[in-house]
Amino acid sequence: MSTSRKSAGTSRARSKPEKAALSDARRLHGIISDVLRLAKSAGAEEAEVHVDEVLDDLTRFANNAIHQNVSENGITVSIRTIAEGRTARVTTNRIDDSSLRAAVDSSLSLAASQPQDKRLLAPPGKQRYRSVQRFIKQTAAITPEDRARAVRRACDLALKRAQVAAGIFSTGESQAAMGNSRGLRAAYRETHAEFSITMQEAPAASWAKANAADVRDFDPQQLAARASHKAHLAVDAKELPTGKYTVILEPSAVLDLVGFLFYDFAATAVADQRSCLNGRMGKLVFGKNISIADDAYHPLQLGAPFDGEGMPRERVSLVERGVPRNLVYSRRAAKMARKAPTGHGFMLPNEYGEAPMNLVFAGGDSSLEKMIASTDRGLLVTRIWYIREVDPYEKIMTGMTRDGLFLVEKGKVTSAVRNFRFNQSLLEALRKVEMLGPAVRATGEEAFEMIVPAMKIRDFNFTEVTKF
Amino acid sequence: MWDLAGQALEVARLRGATYADVRVMHLRQRDLTTKNGRVGTLAQSESIGLGIRVLANGAWGFASTDRLTREGVAVCAAHAVSIGKASALAKRRAVSMVAEESFIDSWQGPFLKDPFEIPLESQLALLLATDAEMRRIKGVTLTETDMQFRKIDSWFASSIGSRIHQRKVISGCGIVATAFQGEEIQKRSYPNSFGGQHILAGYELIESLDLLKHAPVIAEEAAALHSAAQCPQKTGTLILGASQLGLQIHESVGHPIELDRVLGEEANFAGTSFLTLEKLNHLRYGSDIVNVVADARIAHGPGLGSFAYDDEGVPAQCTDIIKDGQFRGYLSSRETAKLIGLPRSSGTMRTESWNRLPIIRMTNISLLPGSWDYDHLIADTDDGIFMDTNKSWSIDDRRYQFQFSTEIGWEIKGGKKTRMLKNPSYGGITTEFWNSCDAICSAKRWTLWGTPNCGKGQPMQTMGTGHGASPSRFRNVQIGTAYSGQ
Repeated sequence: MSTSRKSAGTSRARSKPEKAALSDARRLHGIISDVLRLAKSAGAEEAEVHVDEVLDDLTRFANNAIHQNVSENGITVSIRTIAEGRTARVTTNRIDDSSLRAAVDSSLSLAASQPQDKRLLAPPGKQRYRSVQRFIKQTAAITPEDRARAVRRACDLALKRAQVAAGIFSTGESQAAMGNSRGLRAAYRETHAEFSITMQEAPAASWAKANAADVRDFDPQQLAARASHKAHLAVDAKELPTGKYTVILEPSAVLDLVGFLFYDFAATAVADQRSCLNGRMGKLVFGKNISIADDAYHPLQLGAPFDGEGMPRERVSLVERGVPRNLVYSRRAAKMARKAPTGHGFMLPNEYGEAPMNLVFAGGDSSLEKMIASTDRGLLVTRIWYIREVDPYEKIMTGMTRDGLFLVEKGKVTSAVRNFRFNQSLLEALRKVEMLGPAVRATGEEAFEMIVPAMKIRDFNFTEVTKF
Repeated sequence: MWDLAGQALEVARLRGATYADVRVMHLRQRDLTTKNGRVGTLAQSESIGLGIRVLANGAWGFASTDRLTREGVAVCAAHAVSIGKASALAKRRAVSMVAEESFIDSWQGPFLKDPFEIPLESQLALLLATDAEMRRIKGVTLTETDMQFRKIDSWFASSIGSRIHQRKVISGCGIVATAFQGEEIQKRSYPNSFGGQHILAGYELIESLDLLKHAPVIAEEAAALHSAAQCPQKTGTLILGASQLGLQIHESVGHPIELDRVLGEEANFAGTSFLTLEKLNHLRYGSDIVNVVADARIAHGPGLGSFAYDDEGVPAQCTDIIKDGQFRGYLSSRETAKLIGLPRSSGTMRTESWNRLPIIRMTNISLLPGSWDYDHLIADTDDGIFMDTNKSWSIDDRRYQFQFSTEIGWEIKGGKKTRMLKNPSYGGITTEFWNSCDAICSAKRWTLWGTPNCGKGQPMQTMGTGHGASPSRFRNVQIGTAYSGQ
């Protein structure tokens, strides 16, 4: 890669010969300056450049052994030009001068092929961003051997308990830089680490997962032990009749369900009349114990402090005590609605506008144990799976429980239960939340990570039961 | 490209790999969309790089790079070997694979008109005109159109001596009309939902779709759904249109036959499968008339699962999956074939890009045509519901219990399609459902649908799969459960 990368690789050569590192940020800004110069000389009135670099490693295991182990390293340059009220984007990972020049020319050529857009905005000028520190050198230093040893320990636990482990341990680093012809410059880098494990004790299974910028924020062994314990409890599941049950959703289950709500808060979605909030802003839509904000600066969040247009991400209060109060706005959506942009726009051009990507639900003080103890009859849900929207306005969602569904009776977990299919309005579910746990950084498989609490919800609608 | 691939193989060998395969891939993509009469996305992208998979100390390692220099490739190959050696720290057995021949070949998928050579102005003009046709229908509140074109070149080289170049051109197109009214959002798509139809073809696909003719039809249906009756909740007869049946095949046949799922390799993410090994050749998967194949050969059609060789260098094949209702075969790789004692891989290892590991993926998983004429099938149905165009899909992690909803339904009474139904849905247990199939339409109504968005693997890979189907009838199906209890 770059000179700086080569030197980084060389300096580590004695102990870790193949461990690469991200480029120096100056290299990314150098690419931006080069492209902006090329765009100007090619006749672009304005231009915007994004440069992204990833260095990701993922160790995957199944049947108590590593079966896949991969590493990815690459840079992409994404160029948007504007000329005569027209814009288009070209993205490439070829970063030599002639390739970048060709990408600029392509962008101009693409842009010229369309009708003029009189509402097209010029790019924003210089912005100020809040500083976030999400690059942890201990995460960046993790090696394939480190991951393999952690996986080995988890698999050894499975073997000891006559179980079968499967999962991933990934670590990585990435950086993003952007700039435009009006002098805007932004840069961000982060590390990320994730451990996910499924422990299988035939015919049952259970699961645990964590995700953080700092690999030291979770303990793979602890996650393995939790999944192992719950897998054992999940054996001998009994079939219950379908119907409405009180449910205690662990944070991952809450996340994957409410993750389908975020785009509804986009001003463009409301303008397009495809949001469930059309006609519902300012009304009591959820329970009064539901408050939601979008906050990229929450200490448990990851992500850049700027959006795809380079605007600073603002904290936006979306729902206050059950009432949707605010939407998020790209620059274009803001202009149409006569509002201020909130820093949630996607890279242009696009038809979707914007979305809140850093949701934070207000939590409560009820632990899972307290929720269980307060429940006369209900179901404890570890995780839900394959969730899809059945009805976009009532927000009816369907999906399955997975990897640990338990019956709660008279304040205690009494048995495992066969998995159910639910068909449940998300709006209604959030009107029937009886207890909230502390908000934590939750991670699942359907939604990106958010800060959400465990929830106890009454009358959750289960319509079908499966075979296990 | 062959020099770089050869160098990667040589570095891997010198570092101690006992097997290696390399993919250099160049991917180009163009995306065009419109919304409410304006251009939405107008973007083009390209990506080129190299990925190398090695066996070292009996375990797998994979690394990828976009640094296509001798130094960059050497670092990448050495890194792959060091990762393989790290994998060996947590191995239970040495990886072993069934034998495969080496091939030196070059192949290009079929296309007549290179979509990247068609003027953008005419592509956008067609989308904008289609968009306008939908917007002129009263009650339509949102109109969207899209075209997507891809050109993928891959150069595969392996340490057993294969050198295979393949080129694919993929085209896709879809349109959607949405109507928001009162407290309900209804939509209709053509020719399919979630991006439309995608196949191995050039711009001739777009020209064959006749977008301008279909635009007002779906727009009128989207508006009309608001005054349609709610789909009833009952157990009854269901006829599925071909595109919805394509997705039904994908979810309830295609995924459970993936041998990596069956063997537990996807247990943490995509899930496992109810098709455990003892069921092979013993399970009655469907009724006698149900015949499903996994066919990657171009002779099957220009599907998203068509190719000459998979990304492990194994030639495209046709495998019986369900024969006369009996479960007959899995999708396998060289490694998983060995694990269960098959003589050869079925050739289904596929990768999204140079920076992803090949994994077992569907090819073209198709329900072979039956003998029924479509009009006769409707006339033969006394009381049933016809459902078409997918709206939502969900299935459990072992692929037993599923639920689908579609954009539109039609009641069938006394052998005739009668009133329109809104919010149709159905669900069931996979084998019970396929065993209830009593009529499959003939080749006249058979279409090889493309599913461009199948997600699997960690890190996630998106793959295109093909599914041939014709309208088919199922008895005693649970209908309308998605809205029950609301």
